[in-house]
Amino acid sequence: MLKYTLIPLLPFAGFLIAGLFGKFLKEKSAWFAIAGVIGAFILSVGAFFDVVGGARLNENFYSWISIGDFSANVGFQIDQLTAVMLLVVTTLSSLIHIYSVGYMRGDKGYARFFSYLALFTFFMLVLVLANNFLLMFVGWEGVGLCSYLLIGFWYEKKSASDAGLKAFVVNRVGDFGFVLAVLLIFLTFGTLDFSEVFALAPTSVGAAPYQLFGGEISVITLIALLLFLGAMGKSAQLPLYVWLPDAMEGPTPVSALIHAATMVTAGVFMVARCAPIFSLSETAMNTVAIVGALTAVFAATIGLVQNDIKRVIAYSTISQLGYMFLALGVGAFSAGIFHLTTHAFFKGLLFLASGSVIHALSGEQDMRKMGALKPKIKITWAVFFIGTLALSGIPPFAGFFSKDEILWSAYNASSIGPALWFLGLVGAFMTAFYSFRLIYLVFYNTSHVDHEVAHHVHESPRVMTVPLMVLAFFATTIGFIGMPVIHGGNLFGEFLAPLFPPAEHASETGGHSAELLAMLLSVGIAAAGWRLAMGMYKTESAWPDKLAEKFKVAYALLLNKYYVDEVYNYLFVDGLVHKTAKFLYTVGDVRIIDGLINGLASAIGGMSRRGRKLQSGFVQQYAFTMGLGLVVLLGLYYALK
Amino acid sequence: MIPQSWYVVLSALLFTIGVVGVLSRRNIFIILMSIELMLNAANINLAAFSHYLQSLTGQVFVIFVITVAAAEAAVALAIIILISRNRGTVYADDFNIMKG
Repeated sequence: MLKYTLIPLLPFAGFLIAGLFGKFLKEKSAWFAIAGVIGAFILSVGAFFDVVGGARLNENFYSWISIGDFSANVGFQIDQLTAVMLLVVTTLSSLIHIYSVGYMRGDKGYARFFSYLALFTFFMLVLVLANNFLLMFVGWEGVGLCSYLLIGFWYEKKSASDAGLKAFVVNRVGDFGFVLAVLLIFLTFGTLDFSEVFALAPTSVGAAPYQLFGGEISVITLIALLLFLGAMGKSAQLPLYVWLPDAMEGPTPVSALIHAATMVTAGVFMVARCAPIFSLSETAMNTVAIVGALTAVFAATIGLVQNDIKRVIAYSTISQLGYMFLALGVGAFSAGIFHLTTHAFFKGLLFLASGSVIHALSGEQDMRKMGALKPKIKITWAVFFIGTLALSGIPPFAGFFSKDEILWSAYNASSIGPALWFLGLVGAFMTAFYSFRLIYLVFYNTSHVDHEVAHHVHESPRVMTVPLMVLAFFATTIGFIGMPVIHGGNLFGEFLAPLFPPAEHASETGGHSAELLAMLLSVGIAAAGWRLAMGMYKTESAWPDKLAEKFKVAYALLLNKYYVDEVYNYLFVDGLVHKTAKFLYTVGDVRIIDGLINGLASAIGGMSRRGRKLQSGFVQQYAFTMGLGLVVLLGLYYALK
Repeated sequence: MIPQSWYVVLSALLFTIGVVGVLSRRNIFIILMSIELMLNAANINLAAFSHYLQSLTGQVFVIFVITVAAAEAAVALAIIILISRNRGTVYADDFNIMKG
């Protein structure tokens, strides 16, 4: 069992070596980080097969805190969910490490990059393996830290360091909810261990509710909502999504690993892990589902008109995360995790492929300056196309199966289900549209590439294209482990089923035929989005500009991301932070504190001014004072005798 | 015989006059003389008690005090000369450069 501790420790060793000795090892430091991560990958594969064979692990390796009855330990829990996440994290981390060897070549922070990437892998693995809330929180915070370090990797660029700070601060808002939830869990259950809390959870359902803001809220709902607040920050849901688009300031491998495949999925993982808690509270489940669906549509609308290639993919990520939460919220936990898995592969692929495009164009990221690149960078084009097909949900690629399962589960859920299904469908249309818009603007259409850049267009080196091809392979095939309808086809769902409470179904409306119909509908919607994008962008057309002109207000609203950043700036940064800081400075610091200190000094000065008069310089006065003192003392002595 | 209390009262009176002289006179020489007066008042006290207690200790002490008073007067006069040369005056009121 001890070998499982190596899973996070090997990347940590990679971090230490690359971090401490990077100056001497320079280029070779990458290989230590890669070795660490690949070692973790091999062990994760081993763990996965152990779990398939029936093994479950829940062991404490180190007693961290032990006070009276309360103890929190460094312990790992390996069940089906962990095994899946381990594979996802280590596979993507390994591939992206290898990719980065090519992408970050020549960067002066090369060793630092790999040490941060390995550190991130370590924390993510801790998060996934943890068997109690406290250890999970360590991993949670750790990935947030590494996200900050990696987004602001090119720290000399102000926008990059600002983006890193923004990511960390917005994450913090979510973490605030998470910490409150952990405290509440401790208060209610007296323990932070997952297995113990989940066992005790049903007993608290009938407990006395809290009075909050004039209304009542049950303990379990409050815990679930606070946990979800943490997930909203980490997984970029409405309204805490604003950091993710800015996070594109980081190098593309960072965007692929952290903001597509792993860190942002930590929130989804956490909600799935805490399924026993969430499923006890209908309010929380509905909240999760609604927020997820709204985010999915909201982010997709912004992605429709963005011009930066990475921004489109970033908003796509936010949107897809919304889908995952939608699945979790309607009780289809394994569907959400399935989408997490497929998304990790095809979104990671899309980010890395976009990195390949940017690399080919010597750093150009604006899609208006691309075009007609297909004949020049064939491999990139091919993998990009596969990724786009997967993202849009075109069968038989991975995204189709997972997204479809989500939509079907949403449709079947009680009360608000069909409305959420409709929102999901709208989002799917937009997803297909903006994904293919991207493909056509970059690889087809007419070339708007700058002349000097055009001379240097080249395919990426093998160390970058091989991971791309591996990811493309997975994006194509991994869908088949979760096939619906076909009996025995949903291996994934069955694998995870024992962990989650069964989803609520209003009724299995119509059974298989209805499901097939829904599937056809979603494919049709996706194809419609593709067709529209093809018509507007495959060849040079006046339509995009004409539409933008006609719906000027809407276009401006979308292009400027609904001005959310500006609103937040006005309300929180200016309003809360700057104004509070100004107030504390002018009143608190200058008037009160300085006033106190200076006042003290001048009071002493006043006292000494008066005291100085005692020293007149006349010796006789001194002698008189001495005599007076003597008389007073004698008098006191005799009076008190 | 002269009652002991008279000597004590005399000594107290002289001492008080000496103290008042030190505190209220302006001329340095008068202050010095008042200090001498205080010393001698103590001497009278000592001699009286020596007689009435039939012990020579008091009188021996008197000799000491007189000697010390003489030495101290010499030093004090030397200082007065120096300070009056320095300040150009013998009035205690004018020696106030230590004024804070």
